[in-house]
Amino acid sequence: MITWEFIIGHLNYWFFIVLMMTGLYIVIAKGNLVKKVVGLNIFQTSVFMFYISIGKVIGGTAPIFPMDMKINNDVVYSNPLPHVLILTAIVVGIATTSLALALIVRIREEYGTIEEDEIFIIEQELDFSNTRSNTDKPIGHF
Amino acid sequence: MLSGVFSLLSALLLITLDAVDVAFTEAAVGAGISIVLMLSTLTLTSRREKKSKNSNLIPLVIVTLTGLVLIYGTLDMPNFGAADTPSQIHVAREYIKRTPEDIHIPNIVTAILGSYRGYDTLGETAVIFTAGIGVLLILGRLSLRPRRRTKKIEKVL
Amino acid sequence: MKHHLILRVITKLLVGPIMLFAFYVQFHGDYSPGGGFQAGVIMAVGIIIYGIVFDMEHAKKVLPAWFVHKMLAFGVLLYTFTGVISFFRGKNFLDYSALSPHSAIHGQHYGILIIELGVGITVSGVMIAIYYAFGSRTSEINDAEW
Repeated sequence: MITWEFIIGHLNYWFFIVLMMTGLYIVIAKGNLVKKVVGLNIFQTSVFMFYISIGKVIGGTAPIFPMDMKINNDVVYSNPLPHVLILTAIVVGIATTSLALALIVRIREEYGTIEEDEIFIIEQELDFSNTRSNTDKPIGHF
Repeated sequence: MLSGVFSLLSALLLITLDAVDVAFTEAAVGAGISIVLMLSTLTLTSRREKKSKNSNLIPLVIVTLTGLVLIYGTLDMPNFGAADTPSQIHVAREYIKRTPEDIHIPNIVTAILGSYRGYDTLGETAVIFTAGIGVLLILGRLSLRPRRRTKKIEKVL
Repeated sequence: MKHHLILRVITKLLVGPIMLFAFYVQFHGDYSPGGGFQAGVIMAVGIIIYGIVFDMEHAKKVLPAWFVHKMLAFGVLLYTFTGVISFFRGKNFLDYSALSPHSAIHGQHYGILIIELGVGITVSGVMIAIYYAFGSRTSEINDAEW
C-alpha cells in the first residue's frame, strides 16, 4: 500500500507544506506587523518551490537549447511553464511586500506602534469618541 | 541577515530543480532588494517586538490541522519528477516542441514569458507598476491629502 | 558612511561592473538565463548600493526622482505599444510576427527584445523609487541605540 517509493516521491510536497504552515503560524500568532509580512514571505516561497518541484522531470535538464539550436531530441527538458509563472511572481512578490512595508511605516507614524492589539485598542477608543461626539449634536442635524 | 541566507538556500534548491532563471531572480531579489527593504522598515519602525499576551495554542492547533488536510490532499499527487504527469504532458511538451520553429531562441523560458504568454507578463508588469505607484502615494511626496487623523489619535492617547 | 574608506573604494569599483552585468543580462535574455525582470533588479541594486554607501543625495544626482517616476510609466507604455503596433498590421495584440515585414521569426526576436526592455525599465524604476521613498524618511532611532 504505502511503499517506500511513494514516501520518497511525496516527501518534497510534505516539506513544502511544513514550510508553508510555518509561515501561516507566524502570520496568525505574531502580533508584530513586520513579522506578519515575514511570515507571508515564507509562505510565498514555499508556494514557489511547490510549483517548481511539480515541473521537475527526473533526468531532465534546464529548459535552454544549445546556442547553435542543434536540438537533440533525446534530451529531456524540465517543464518551463512553472518557471515562467514563478519568475514573474518573485518580482511581483517583492513589489507587493514593499507596499505592505510602506503601509506599516505609515501605521507606525500615525499610531506610534506596530503591535496589532495596541492598534486595535486605539481604534476602539477612536470609534468611541466619534459616537460620543455624534450624540452631542442636536437631533435633526442630518 | 537570515533572510539573505534563506533566499540563497532557496536559490540553490531551485538550481537543483532545473529552474535556473527562477534561481537567478531569487538570488538577485533576495540578496539585493528585500534585505534593504526589511532593514529600512525596521529602522523606521521599532526594533523590538512586544510580548503578546495571547496564547500560542490555538494558532498551533489551526496550523497543524490545516497542514494535515493539505498533506491528505497530496496523497493523490503524482510522484516527484515523474515524466507522465498531467502537468508535463499537456501544454509543456507543446511549448518545448514549437519554440524552435516559432521563435527560434534557445531559452524556452524567455520565449514563453515574452511571446506565448505575453498577456501574463504585461499583467505582471502592470502589477509591479501599480505597487510602485502605491508605495509612492503612501510614503512619497505624491500624496496630497493632509494628515487629519494624527491630531485625533494624539487627543485619544 | 564617510569614515568607511574600504567600503567606499570597493563600492566605486563595483558599481560599474554591476551596471554592465545588468545590461548583459538584459540583452542576453534570449540565450541564457535572465531577462528584463532580473536585469531591472540588478540595475536597481547598483543604484541602491551607491546610495547606501555614499549618500542618497548623490544617487539622486545620478538618477533624479522625477526621472525614476517617468521610468515606471515608460516601461509599461513601451510594452503596451509593442502590442498595439500589431493591430496596424492586421495581427492580434502582442503578436510580434507583425514587427518585421520579412520574416515572422525576426519579428518575434525584435518583439521579445523590446518588451524585455520595457519590463526591465519598469522593474528597475519601481525598485529605485521604492528605495528613494523608504530612504527619504528620517528614522526616529537615535544613535545611542545602535
